[in-house]
Amino acid sequence: MTDHSNFVQVRHAQKSFGTLEVLKDISLTVERGQIVAIIGPSGSGKSTLLRAINDLDPLTRGEVWLDGVQVNKSLPFRQYEKHINEMRQKIGMVFQHFNLFPHMTARENVTMAPKMLKGLSNQQADALANEQLDKVGMLERIDYYPSQLSGGQKQRVAIARALAMEPKLMLFDEATSALDPELVDEVNQVMKKLAEEHMTMIIVTHEMDFAASVCDRVLFMDQGVVVEEGPPEVVFKNPEKDRTRAFLRKHLEGAK
Amino acid sequence: MDFDLMLRVYPFFIEAAGITILLSVLTAFLGLACGALGAAARLSRFAVARFVGAAYVSVFRGTPALIQLFILYFGGPQIGIQLDAFQAGVIGLGINAGAYMTETIRGAIISIDKGQKEAARTLGLSRWQAMHKIILPQAARLMVRPLGVNLNMLIKATALVAAISVVELTYTAQRYIGSTYKPFEMFLLAGILYMIIIYVTGRAVAWLDRRVQIN
Repeated sequence: MTDHSNFVQVRHAQKSFGTLEVLKDISLTVERGQIVAIIGPSGSGKSTLLRAINDLDPLTRGEVWLDGVQVNKSLPFRQYEKHINEMRQKIGMVFQHFNLFPHMTARENVTMAPKMLKGLSNQQADALANEQLDKVGMLERIDYYPSQLSGGQKQRVAIARALAMEPKLMLFDEATSALDPELVDEVNQVMKKLAEEHMTMIIVTHEMDFAASVCDRVLFMDQGVVVEEGPPEVVFKNPEKDRTRAFLRKHLEGAK
Repeated sequence: MDFDLMLRVYPFFIEAAGITILLSVLTAFLGLACGALGAAARLSRFAVARFVGAAYVSVFRGTPALIQLFILYFGGPQIGIQLDAFQAGVIGLGINAGAYMTETIRGAIISIDKGQKEAARTLGLSRWQAMHKIILPQAARLMVRPLGVNLNMLIKATALVAAISVVELTYTAQRYIGSTYKPFEMFLLAGILYMIIIYVTGRAVAWLDRRVQIN
C-alpha cells in the first residue's frame, strides 16, 4: 500500500470518442510526492488523460491505480458508484474554469463536502475552512461569494476546496489558463507551496516556465501518445524528438 | 353599459373568483408535483423512464386541455373513474400543467454548467448528493420566472372547467348572462377579476425571483 514507486499508475490507457481515438495506449507512473507536468498542443489528449485518472472521462481500455487500489474497477453500477465516490475523495481536482459553487461562500465551498461526506461538525468545519483558506491566502475573503472574487482568488478558493478533503493526489487541469496574466502568479505560488509540502501532483499546463520550475518530470503529449518524457531540464532544454522541439519553438514564439 | 347591475352582482363574482383561486392553487401544486416527477423521469439514467417522461409531455402538450378534461370527466365513468366536476377539473388541469412544468424544470436543470456537477462529483459526492446540494439549488433560482409563466397560463386555463360545470368565475358569468341578458357586463366583470388575480400572482413571482437571486 505504501509502495512509493507506483503511487499513481496508468496502464495502457486507451480512449475513443466514437471513431476518434484520443488516447492511444498511454502508460504513466507517478511516485508519491512527485510532480508531473503534462504539456502538449490542444487536442493532444492531455486533459482527457488527466480526467481519466479520477474517471470523469472513463477510459475505453486500460487501468488507473492509486496507492494500490484500482480506481476504474469494473463493478456493478451501485457498487461502482460507492467505490468511485470514495476514490474521488482522495483525488483533488482543480479546473480551468474554477467551477466554484456560486450559491455558496468561500467558506461553504470549502466545507460542503467535508461536512457532507466526513460528518464534520460546524466547529470542525469552520476550523478547516480557516486553515485551508489561510493556506491559499484567502482568509480575508472567507465569507465572500465567488462572484465577488477575481479569477485568481476564485482559483485559490477552488484549490482550498480540493485540499479540504485531504487528497493523496491533486490534479490540475490548466488551472491558470483562464486567468488574466497578472493573476497567474498568485495561483502558481499556491501550487509551489503544495510542491514544497510534497503533495503528489499531476499538472496539465501551458506554462512552460512554471512547469520547468516545480516539476520532477515532464510528459510531452501529441495526438494521443506520449512523445517524450523526462526531467524538465532535458525535455525543455534538450529534447530528443523533433515534434517536441517544434512544439516548444512554436510555444516560445507565441509567448513573445 | 349597466354599472348598477355590475355593482349588484359583483359579490357573487367575488365568491366565484374564490373558487377560481382555490382551483388554481390546487392545480399549481398538483402540476408542480407532476412536473418534478416528469423532469426526474426525463433526466433519469433509465431509458424506460426517459421514454415515459417524454411521452407524458408530448401527449399532454399535444392535445387540447379541454379534450383532456372531457375525456376525464365525461369519458371517465365508462372506464370506472368517477369524479365530481371539481375533482376532475383539478386533476385534469394539474396533469396538463405538469407537462409544461416538466419542461420548465428540466430546462433549468440542464442549463446549469456541466462543470458544477463535475466539481461536485470530483469531491466525492454521489449523483444524488450533487443534484440535491449543487444543481437543484442553482436550478431552482432559474425556475422561478418560467414557472411563473406556467402559473399565469394555468390560472387562465381554469376557465375551461366551466365547460364541465364547475361553478367558478367563467361559469358564474355565463349563469348570470342567462338571467340578465347582459353578456358584455358579465364577461367584463369576470375578465377584470381574472386580471386582478393574474396581476397579483405576477407581482408575487417577480418578488420571489428577486429574493432568491444570488446577491
